[in-house]
Amino acid sequence: MQTDYIYPRYEVERRESRCTNCGLCVRECSYGVHYRASDGKTLLNDDAKCVNCQRCVATCPTHAIKIVKSNCDFRENYNWSGDAIKEIMKQAGSGGVLLSSMGNPQPFPVYWDKLLLNASQVTNPPIDPLREPMETRVFLGKKPSEISRDEHGRLICDLPPRLTLELPILFSAMSYGSISYNAHAALAAAATKLGTCYNTGEGGLHENFYGYGANTIVQVASGRFGVHKDYLEAGAAIEIKMGQGAKPGIGGHLPGSKIVGDVSRTRMIPEGSDAISPAPHHDIYSIEDLRQLVFSLKEATEYKKPVIVKIAAVHNIAAIASGIARSGADVIAIDGFRGGTGAAPTRIRDNVGIPVELALAAVDTRLRDEGIRNDVSLVVGGSIRNSTDVVKAIALGADACYIATAALIALGCHMCRNCQSGKCNWGIATQNPDLVRRLDPEEGARRLVNLLTAWKHEIMEIMGGMGINSIEALRGNRLMLRGIGLTEKELSVLGVAHAGE
Amino acid sequence: MLLKEGQVRIPSGCAVSAVISREGELMSGEKIVASMVPMHERSNGLGGGFAGYGIYPDMADFYAFHMFFTDKESKKACEYFLKEGFEIVKAEPIPVRKIPSITDEPLIFRYFLSPLRSRIADAQVDEREFVARAAMYINVRISGAYVVSGGKNMGVFKAVGFPEDVGEFYRLDEYGAYCWTAHGRYPTNTPGWWGGAHPFSLLDYTVVHNGEISSYDANRRYIEAYGYKCTLQTDTEVFTYIADYLLRRKRLTLEETASVIAAPFWTTIESRPLEERERLTYLRNIFSGLLVTGPFSIILGFDGGLMALNDRLKLRSMVVAEKDDKVFIASEEAAIRVLEPDAVNVRAPEGGEPVIVRVKEGKY
Amino acid sequence: MIILNARATDNAALNERVRAAKEDCEIVGCIGERFIGAGLSDKTINIKGIPGNALGAYLNGAKIFVDGNAQDAVGDTMNEGEIIVRGNAGDAPGYAMRGGKIYIKGNAGYRAGIHMKEYRGKSPVIIIGGRCGSFLGEYQAGGLIVVLGLNKDGKRIVGNFPCAGMHGGKVLLRGNADGVVFPDKVTARAATSDDVDYAKPHIQEFCRIFGLDEREVLSSPFTLVTPDSANPYKRMYVEN
Repeated sequence: MQTDYIYPRYEVERRESRCTNCGLCVRECSYGVHYRASDGKTLLNDDAKCVNCQRCVATCPTHAIKIVKSNCDFRENYNWSGDAIKEIMKQAGSGGVLLSSMGNPQPFPVYWDKLLLNASQVTNPPIDPLREPMETRVFLGKKPSEISRDEHGRLICDLPPRLTLELPILFSAMSYGSISYNAHAALAAAATKLGTCYNTGEGGLHENFYGYGANTIVQVASGRFGVHKDYLEAGAAIEIKMGQGAKPGIGGHLPGSKIVGDVSRTRMIPEGSDAISPAPHHDIYSIEDLRQLVFSLKEATEYKKPVIVKIAAVHNIAAIASGIARSGADVIAIDGFRGGTGAAPTRIRDNVGIPVELALAAVDTRLRDEGIRNDVSLVVGGSIRNSTDVVKAIALGADACYIATAALIALGCHMCRNCQSGKCNWGIATQNPDLVRRLDPEEGARRLVNLLTAWKHEIMEIMGGMGINSIEALRGNRLMLRGIGLTEKELSVLGVAHAGE
Repeated sequence: MLLKEGQVRIPSGCAVSAVISREGELMSGEKIVASMVPMHERSNGLGGGFAGYGIYPDMADFYAFHMFFTDKESKKACEYFLKEGFEIVKAEPIPVRKIPSITDEPLIFRYFLSPLRSRIADAQVDEREFVARAAMYINVRISGAYVVSGGKNMGVFKAVGFPEDVGEFYRLDEYGAYCWTAHGRYPTNTPGWWGGAHPFSLLDYTVVHNGEISSYDANRRYIEAYGYKCTLQTDTEVFTYIADYLLRRKRLTLEETASVIAAPFWTTIESRPLEERERLTYLRNIFSGLLVTGPFSIILGFDGGLMALNDRLKLRSMVVAEKDDKVFIASEEAAIRVLEPDAVNVRAPEGGEPVIVRVKEGKY
Repeated sequence: MIILNARATDNAALNERVRAAKEDCEIVGCIGERFIGAGLSDKTINIKGIPGNALGAYLNGAKIFVDGNAQDAVGDTMNEGEIIVRGNAGDAPGYAMRGGKIYIKGNAGYRAGIHMKEYRGKSPVIIIGGRCGSFLGEYQAGGLIVVLGLNKDGKRIVGNFPCAGMHGGKVLLRGNADGVVFPDKVTARAATSDDVDYAKPHIQEFCRIFGLDEREVLSSPFTLVTPDSANPYKRMYVEN
């Protein structure tokens, strides 16, 4: 039946005048778009396989290739978009649940872009960030306000376990398995160089990376893959993953085909066996159970490591965060609905959860109202795209930001959003050794360091303009923000005034 | 309509001056008022004020509440509230001298109060906390009533006007204090509200401040999580609450408090000896939300002493000098020379270096 | 020399009398009067008392002697002339100064010589006899700053973050600059005799004016600070 035929989304255009027929495009494309005709010479392409990852475009030595969006559209209308029609056809043909990757692409408001920053004029001097000291160091962990003294009246300076970061940005969880060995190697090396942390995700920690432990957050998720005493000890902090912004309430599933070799060893499950992460932790059905997990991890690591609890931004986020703050956690990580993923059901990704900006504002306000804001640090993620997103997040009340998609782009990702295929031409979301080899870990680390060094300079420049010379004076400083084009309700949730007020 | 202080945040620049006698000798207010004259350029006539310590020796056992009321109704409501928790030992208008440059004054009263033991016990707090809560309750909840100051044997005198006129208005030449602090204000936009002038006060803490801080909202939101309500949206108010929180409630020393508010840079901390490094790291971590950035020079007055402090980049000027048992502090040396032409040991403290002066024990 | 009493005059009136004077002036009883000698190109002004902020701002050739201490912003954006202070100076003396000299016998506050620069034949000089606060010579783009560290209070010759953003000129510190941390974009090294010779005429003049023993002052080693590049931040940006 031909009813399900969908015209390819992208078309490959090869300019014959430039093409030298070298065939590199054939070798570079893991999706099999480019191939030689039966004459063994003529280059042809199967547009239907193209995901627009731009690998051939970037590597063609004569720049002979471009990918264009096809203009063969359905007869769309506002209600029945091309995607809406196409998705019905896919499901009618397969009976399957729609699966996508990366974050929520729907046109919901991006509040970062509706917040404007302040700068000093006259009454208060801007500070030159290049020449005057400008501090971006942050500490994640509890800040108990009860002080104690010894018999001589000296302060007893025993700080609770904490993470020290030279800038308020961390790489968020991406498991070995969902991304490649070389991607992890680049993240680990970059985090070390930058004085921040990367996050193992739920796939365990490859033995080669134990040396980066001081800059590693080890994750404990519902599947408990690779979790054992040495793993918990290896990291600088432990993250309990309760949820993920891209798929709140949904577990994970790495197919057995990807559980090979080192991935199998690192996850501590047999080769070829599916790696299924249940939707909940089956030892946590209520908030008091979370406390139990937090303290079992603390006990296992002798109370030396801060424990992070990561949750997806959902409707009742403020109350949930309040509960977590009282559960013994040291840090709460909130993942907004634009957060990326290797694979998530499309309907969930596009409809469940709330923007992280609103979640952050609500949580920060609630924790302050309850007088427990200093019992936890707040880290937010879910599509932090640039340095101003970071500054705005901190001014709303975050201690630091998680980035992942931005880090992947720095590593070469072109956002084709086909991570679930395992065929990533850029060597990131794949375990195919030939593809993985394409990502040079050293070059990758250098690019990550470049990216965050540039962001750090920008953050310093923005802070300096505000007359602020240390990041803690920006944290929760909502007077530095004004909304633009927002409703009274949005402003009230964000706790900021409108521009001009 | 222009919004008044508290409804909107009004940035403000200023001049400060102070004198203290280590021997507890009482000084008339005349000199401190005169010291503000050479710094006239630093004020714009929209606020001036003074705090005097040791001014009510005969009533030293009672909390002296200096009050502004907009009308008789607010006065009545406030007195009703006070009577529930305190014995009003004495109530009287604060004597003023009518002068053409000071107009639109509110009703200005003072009350000498003794908190009722039974009510303190009911509230399950100590006496000072009880009094502090009462003052904050009045400022937040009783419309038209404003507590100007509420410590023992001290008081704040402030108004809209140039400081030298404010001093004359309040007849400060008739008071004797072992410590005076003074402030001339340069707000950028205000219809002029008497409560917005400095010093700001809670219990015996008073703060005069020059500069505008950039960390304001971070500090305000931190301190409001611990039961304070910043009704005026001024830097001075937030400084006063930070001082109260750290000194009275957390029992930090003055030096430790300075290391929180004007914490040294990490590079400086790392260059210090181990024990000091640990202490500074600890304080900067635990109270990170109370780091104040942006230009400030403040003088914090309290029973028996004062502390002057500059921001860590020293973006405001402050000069200190001495003569015999007296210590002088001002935004400009010229002000000190008015207080004491022969002052010696003139120096400018480093950014973040607190200058702490105490009156000898038993002399106040 | 005419005598002007600063008492009972405001800033503008006092300056008007200075400008109108046909000869050198002595101002007595100064107590915080600002902008004395602003933009002045002729005359010598002797000051008794405490001149206010921005003494000699935009000074254009006149000479100012202060018998005691000066306050903040001495010689702000000065173009030519001399300011001699027998006591201490406050913060930011010589801000953006382009020519002339400022000699301070005592200490200076924060940000001394900030953004001092030179242009064509002009090359400004600041000498501080005592110590100075943090951010000495911040953004310095030209000219010479000498700090002699003759203070007796045991405090270090300069505070924190000296020469931050320096991209021209020279800083000469008497002694070995022990414990002073410089930023990574400048070079601090022991001064050679040539380095010291460059500053010597100014130091000798300084010693003559304030009655200091020139040989003793010059007998010490000096530390020279120079910037590594006139464009230290070029590599920080990318076209967008």
